[in-house]
Amino acid sequence: MTRTWFGLPASPGALLGGLLIGVLLLAAGLGMVWTPYDPLAIDFRARLQPPGPEHWLGTDEFGRDVFSRALAGASTSVSISLFTVAAATVAGMLIGLAAGYLRGWTDRIVVSITDALLAFPGILLALGLLAVLGANKYGIILALALAYTPSVVRVVRSNVFSLRETGFVEASRVMGNGELFTMARHVLPNCIAPVTVLATGMFGWVLLSESALSFLGLGVPPPAPTWGNMLAASRPYMSQAPWLGIYPGLCIALTLLGINLLGDAVRDRLDPRMRRI
Amino acid sequence: MTTGTDDALLSIEDLRLEAGLGRVIAENVAFAVRPGEIVAVVGESGSGKTMVARAVLGLLPPPVVATAGRIVFEGRDLRTLPGSAMRRVRGARIGMVFQEPMTSLNPALTIGRQLDEGLRLHTSLRSAERRERIVAMLGRIGIDDPDRCLAAYPHEFSGGMRQRIMLASVMLLKPALLVADEPTTALDALVQRDVLELMVELTRENGTSVLLISHDLSMVARYADRVVVMYRGRIVEQGATDAILLSPRHDYTRKLLEALPRRGRARAVPTAEGAVIEVRNLTVDYPGRAGLFRKGRPKRAVDGVSLSVLPGETVAVVGGSGSGKTTLGRAIIGLIRPSGGEILFRGRSVMGGGGSREYRHGCQIVFQDPYSSLDPRMQVGAIVAEPLRLVPDLSAAERAERVRRVLSDVGLDADYADRFPHQLSGGQRQRVAIARAIVRRPAFVVADEPVSALDMTVQKQILRLFGDLQERYGFACLFISHDLAAVEQVADRVLVMKDGRIVEAGSRDDVFDRPQHPYTRRLLSAIPTLEPLPEGGFRLSVRHGQEALSAVS
Repeated sequence: MTRTWFGLPASPGALLGGLLIGVLLLAAGLGMVWTPYDPLAIDFRARLQPPGPEHWLGTDEFGRDVFSRALAGASTSVSISLFTVAAATVAGMLIGLAAGYLRGWTDRIVVSITDALLAFPGILLALGLLAVLGANKYGIILALALAYTPSVVRVVRSNVFSLRETGFVEASRVMGNGELFTMARHVLPNCIAPVTVLATGMFGWVLLSESALSFLGLGVPPPAPTWGNMLAASRPYMSQAPWLGIYPGLCIALTLLGINLLGDAVRDRLDPRMRRI
Repeated sequence: MTTGTDDALLSIEDLRLEAGLGRVIAENVAFAVRPGEIVAVVGESGSGKTMVARAVLGLLPPPVVATAGRIVFEGRDLRTLPGSAMRRVRGARIGMVFQEPMTSLNPALTIGRQLDEGLRLHTSLRSAERRERIVAMLGRIGIDDPDRCLAAYPHEFSGGMRQRIMLASVMLLKPALLVADEPTTALDALVQRDVLELMVELTRENGTSVLLISHDLSMVARYADRVVVMYRGRIVEQGATDAILLSPRHDYTRKLLEALPRRGRARAVPTAEGAVIEVRNLTVDYPGRAGLFRKGRPKRAVDGVSLSVLPGETVAVVGGSGSGKTTLGRAIIGLIRPSGGEILFRGRSVMGGGGSREYRHGCQIVFQDPYSSLDPRMQVGAIVAEPLRLVPDLSAAERAERVRRVLSDVGLDADYADRFPHQLSGGQRQRVAIARAIVRRPAFVVADEPVSALDMTVQKQILRLFGDLQERYGFACLFISHDLAAVEQVADRVLVMKDGRIVEAGSRDDVFDRPQHPYTRRLLSAIPTLEPLPEGGFRLSVRHGQEALSAVS
């Protein structure tokens, strides 16, 4: 299946998406080992300086370098989003498969729980969970993953339901393939495309949710920078120092754009029907 | 070539349809429909017949546009008519019946509302008058309790009933032209005949002309005054039905006529050496719809069926939809758990897991719908190789060789192994499905309506392929179908099923030539047959037609 992965010319959208995500990952990696200034160093003589040769993206209300903080925040923001999406997708697929496959009572219980969870806005659910789990990076990942798992469960479950009835799944059973093999070989791969679409959308939502949580003071505790809490902290200085909000906001927007473009490309590649001969 | 006739209701002149970038869908299409006439447009899928019908209605799907020609209806060119004027023609003057009765009625509205819609839009009748007309029409199409029907929703009716209702809703407006696009393809033979006959009666009463689109030449030949044969976007032949049947001029027409299944020689009945599959007193119940705290009442789909299939033999199970024939096949293959009775494979019961591995390996199935029976993510080679995974002691080279052999046996070149199902036509997909079923050399294959989703010419190829493969590999076959014509071509013995029971069983010639049960006679009379004449033409005939008609009335 991966044979044609690199051989084909990519669409401009996919190239741009790949470029954006590549830069993002580089930045996140760089942010962990090196930044021009210490992202936590306070310098009251250089408060709220506009972007210039000294501080490329200006400084915040404590005189901390915005570029350094954005760089350092990239790794936190991206890793939170990445781990959350990965956890929600994997858990959602397993639970959805189990519900769609076992049906009966398992399915009813799973559906009741996911319906109940879906009735809350994700961010509200995460807030409640964070109050219990405590506001730190791992608490945020767990809370957001729990909040976003139900939608994956619903998508996978409904796909499994319709796939179970298709001829090729029945043919696999008639061949004598075990149920687990049939699930792994025929059902799961055919759920990948809708889950990919969902996951890329989710990445964006999680990134925003993390920002929103930080904004509400329940995110990664200060002074550690994330794009979300940088954005949140910029609010009082909106008119004096617009760069404080613009740059982290731009980082979030470009990341979302990249993820969406890349997600579309991945979905098309995974679907043989979209491949040109 | 223009056939501009003055008295024509609809005359299509030099119509050319293109889909983006100059891909021609149809060109030089020219024919006329006179008042009160039934004209059939016949061709296989991809011949452009549906697009021509849609062009008449101004309902071409977005990439397709009419780039040349005229569609003159009641003296006006529909191609140049503005949208608002076209909307007044559509429904009121030209009615349309679609192929799929399951989706052409809106499931969220009552039948009454849907029938009322057209009348309210196109006439100035008051509500009581409209209701009166609707009730009269429902009575006319044979609905016993029109008042109850008005308040009912589409899902409460069978496919045949829905198609009648669809027909009623179109004919309520007494259009001058009815466009029917494969109106009965999704229905079984008996219902098909009822619906077509109703359509012919209704249109005759109202003086409505019919443009009938179909791939089934024998079916339309019975009703159409004239036939237009389309092939690859062009009209290859048109003329009076009798003339086309008696002396088809174009090769393609002849091919279509010859594609109609015909009885082969009766094969030497295999000597009885113990049945491959024996079914004793099999019953299958479907659980009824259960509420949260309530068990539904089970519905009996198969009711005490016994049958046996000898090695190398083809036993056909025929019956209308809902007769339980598909359920029977699925139960025998082990996809549904029977609620009673016994299934023996080579003399051993397979009900309680005994000998189930041998049974699993020895029995395969070919499904009806070639579009959903192949995993869209797998290449043909992998699909066909998959059953070999469970064959012990087979090296990778032997496996590849087996796949290559079986692909060539079903008539696919080796380079098809790298293709994905969506790159294949319906007939090619069904070949792949057959290859997958026989690659493990099973002793028994269930073929569940293997050709009913395919074009006539492709049907013929697949049926012939099936016969050849059976000869080569010697598997026994349970051939499930509502299509008696196909059954007549392949079966050694025939079982007729009705309401979950077998009502008649016998050798093919006995059942077809000397049917005992009235139901069998009705089934047989529903399919017209084209008999080849010594001079090279064909004659349309209906078996047991008189008996069946007297049985109905």
